[in-house]
Amino acid sequence: MNLLAASVDLPSLPPVGLQHYLAVSAILFCLGVLGVLVRRNILVMYMSLELMLNASNLALVAFSRFNNNLNGQVMVFFIITVAAAEVAVGLALIVALYRKRQTAHVEDLTTMKL
Amino acid sequence: MNPELLPWIILLLPLASAVGITLFTRGSKGLSAGISIGAIATAFVASIILFAKTGGGSLLGPLLNLEWINLQVPGLTGEASSIQDIIINFGFKIDALSQLMLLIVTGVGTAIHVFSWGYMHEDRSVPRYFASLSLFCFSMLGIVLANNLMMMFIFWELVGVSSYLLIGYWFEKPSAADAAKKAFLTNRIGDFGFMLGILMVWGILGTMSFDGISAALAKNPAALGTMGTIAGLLIFCGAMGKSAQFPLHVWLPDAMEGPTPVSALIHAATMVAAGVFLLCRVFVVFTPDALTVIGWIGAITALIAALMALQQNDIKRILAYSTLSQLGYMVMAVGTGGVVLGQGPSAAMYHLTTHAFFKAMLFLGAGSVIHACHHEQDIWQMGGLKKKMPVTYWTFLIGTLALAGVPPFSGFYSKDAILAAALEANKGWFVIAALVALLTTFYMSRLFIVAFLGKPRSESAGHAHESPGIMSFPLIALAIPSVLAGVFGINHLLDHQFGVEAHGRHGMVAEIFAPFGHSPFAAIFGVLAVVFGVSFAFALYGNAEKDPLPNALGFFSRAMARRFYFDEIWSFLIRITHEALSYVADFIDRWLVSGLMVRGTHGSFEIAGRALRLLQSGNIQTYALLFVAGLVVVLLIVLK
Repeated sequence: MNLLAASVDLPSLPPVGLQHYLAVSAILFCLGVLGVLVRRNILVMYMSLELMLNASNLALVAFSRFNNNLNGQVMVFFIITVAAAEVAVGLALIVALYRKRQTAHVEDLTTMKL
Repeated sequence: MNPELLPWIILLLPLASAVGITLFTRGSKGLSAGISIGAIATAFVASIILFAKTGGGSLLGPLLNLEWINLQVPGLTGEASSIQDIIINFGFKIDALSQLMLLIVTGVGTAIHVFSWGYMHEDRSVPRYFASLSLFCFSMLGIVLANNLMMMFIFWELVGVSSYLLIGYWFEKPSAADAAKKAFLTNRIGDFGFMLGILMVWGILGTMSFDGISAALAKNPAALGTMGTIAGLLIFCGAMGKSAQFPLHVWLPDAMEGPTPVSALIHAATMVAAGVFLLCRVFVVFTPDALTVIGWIGAITALIAALMALQQNDIKRILAYSTLSQLGYMVMAVGTGGVVLGQGPSAAMYHLTTHAFFKAMLFLGAGSVIHACHHEQDIWQMGGLKKKMPVTYWTFLIGTLALAGVPPFSGFYSKDAILAAALEANKGWFVIAALVALLTTFYMSRLFIVAFLGKPRSESAGHAHESPGIMSFPLIALAIPSVLAGVFGINHLLDHQFGVEAHGRHGMVAEIFAPFGHSPFAAIFGVLAVVFGVSFAFALYGNAEKDPLPNALGFFSRAMARRFYFDEIWSFLIRITHEALSYVADFIDRWLVSGLMVRGTHGSFEIAGRALRLLQSGNIQTYALLFVAGLVVVLLIVLK
């Protein structure tokens, strides 16, 4: 027991605060941005985009929790709903594009260039 | 009848004639000529009645000063305000000066209108000619009668227009059309200065009426201040244009392209005298400095024009240069007014009067000769006209003697008045004046000897015959005052007008010898000039078949014949100013308007577009990167 008690006597970590959640959220967001900027596959870019959305969701939930109100969480529900709709449309577009162009790489999609 | 109505009749009759001919009688030559002659003759009669009623004095009355332009600024008038009211009257100034001019303009005008009918009746568009002539008389009478500078300026411009119409009467001839344009444009240069002068006088004294100006300057002679000389010289610019003074004299000889009666009326007797009249009218404005400049310009004009006249062969051009020279004489006489005061303008007006008579007669005589010789104008193609055209011969002789200044012809007295004034004012002017008198006698004798004496040198001169009565009558009518104008006492009238101490009136016989009494030196010089001039001319031209002077004088003679290259100098000056102006305009157009503004706008947009196009890579990730970068920048700015 003592041993157990001694082993439990770990150095006390600071309590998890808002800034920790926000830091994680920012890291996730930056990873998402990086993914959008450097990956060439549209599908992967799309996933990175979702990552950014969820990073912001995390920040909103954290604010909601620490500020003791539900506004942030309500916002998150909306974001998830919209993201679902967006994914449905976006994936459909990507499928259509692939069928037409036989590629999902952004370098090949330069028709808008002057 | 109310005498105040007379000036209105005198002024408006020629206008009515011009309008009537233009609107209603264009089809009928005889009727148009009749209307025009009737109008000017009636105006002449009215002028005589006016002169008789007022005795050559002044006339005032409510009808003679009607309000015309009234630009009062409500609420801004008063001592504190610097804005002046503009009130200009349409009024007539009736005094000895204007009455004398009225008689000259209408009297000489009547003779010339009558002569015109004889000279022009074969021409196609006689109604247009008489309408222009009437318009000219209207404008000239307006100048004479005007009682303020504004009104005078408007009639001044009208005179310019009618002169343009008449010089360019034979507009099918390119030379006539060019001469008309040249006269008009040269006058515009002078008129521009005239207008600036009027504005200056108005700005300083606050009035444009002659009476107002005289009153303001009588109250405070320094009212014009330091600008007085400049204002005076600017007004003189107007006279310089109209009276063809150096260096704006170039238009007058070319104006001889017009019909000869026009040259007689406009370019010898009346319009060119308007400048001298103006100088006398606003004489009070001129400072002694301004008068010195005026005097020198007159003297230079008199001298160079007399020299140019020596080597002309066209009968009208000789007379034209002679007119220039005599106008220079008058302007110089006005200039002497800086020293001898009223005596100067009085002498100028005196000479203007006598000159109007005999020069108009000389021009009409030249017209008669040209008519008889089938439009031959070269005097070396004439000769021997003495027997064939006795009336023209005798009247031309009288005119020549009067112009040369032989006593007791009128020209002697007026010229003597100028010589006497010049002797008193400035010895240099006197020397020039005496020299010009000598030259005048010489070139007039040359013209007379070559054209009238000797044998006919061409077939047309051989078949010449006297002009019909309608042309010789005006010659005789003008010959009478040309002989007698010296003894009428015109000078006393003028002396009174300009406040010169009267020499006392003598009888007519005593008048004849008066010049020898009060300025014997000047009078003797005048006579000597005549004697030498005539003897030189007879010695050189008595039996000449062609002009001996070009060989004797060489280059100098060519320079005189080519008018001392003044036309070339002017065209050179105009060319370089035009070229300089066009270079500037070209630079502005090519580099500023077309280059900087038009191509600059288009070019800067093109460059910006090309730069921005680089951003449109079509790569969606580049857009995203830029978007993120922009977001980061915005955040940095917002959160800082």
